[in-house]
Amino acid sequence: MNLSRRDTLFLGAGAALAATLPMPAMADAVADAISAFTGGADVAEGGVDIDAPEIAENGNTVPIGVSAEGAESIMVLATGNPTPAVATFTFGPLAASQAGSTRIRLAKTQDVVAVAKMSDGSFKQASATVKVTIGGCGG
Amino acid sequence: MASGVKPRVKVPKSASAGEAITIKTLISHPMESGQRKDGDGNPIPRSIINHFTCTFNGETVIDVKMEPAISTNPYFEFEATVPESGTFEFTWQDDDGSTYTESKEITVG
Repeated sequence: MNLSRRDTLFLGAGAALAATLPMPAMADAVADAISAFTGGADVAEGGVDIDAPEIAENGNTVPIGVSAEGAESIMVLATGNPTPAVATFTFGPLAASQAGSTRIRLAKTQDVVAVAKMSDGSFKQASATVKVTIGGCGG
Repeated sequence: MASGVKPRVKVPKSASAGEAITIKTLISHPMESGQRKDGDGNPIPRSIINHFTCTFNGETVIDVKMEPAISTNPYFEFEATVPESGTFEFTWQDDDGSTYTESKEITVG
């Protein structure tokens, strides 16, 4: 197959477009999930710890832990998954620490975001990038 | 109902009053995400555990709302304060309406 210079340019443009298009859609889903959790309140950066591996070989089971001292609840989002919601931890009066660990699925290399609702009503968030070698959503 | 669901919980047998103990829970469940397709290309319907709670003598320790992004055989680890002797109750709620429960005694002494 012979590609003229023009064809190559078109192909390149198409690929670039395809690569950029899904991004705003995903960002919207994440922003929607955060605003549904916060009710539109401002979210400060920092104050939440995410314990996640830098590189996860198997995206089907990635161990993560979140903690935020003084939090009422913590929502975990995976920004690159087909649906970003992962889990929402709500701490009761007998929780010794506002922390929880679990294992999650990650479809590809992406940022994991944790948003914490503090007991004074403010919100804090943090994110961590996890590199995924084998995606975990089946196909 | 997903078959072969078996909850497993690790709680220390005894603790001193007010001590923070670590609790580990695991439940065998396929956690079908609804994203996968079978051999003929038909989507496999979602079937997950969507809620997990842990209470001690009726008071909440932790309450987790779960989405399909939680792995197969959901595992949770968290810390609880033990003010007195009593029972930890663990409850998992399945998408199909069934609930799985487990309880563990702990002695303060």
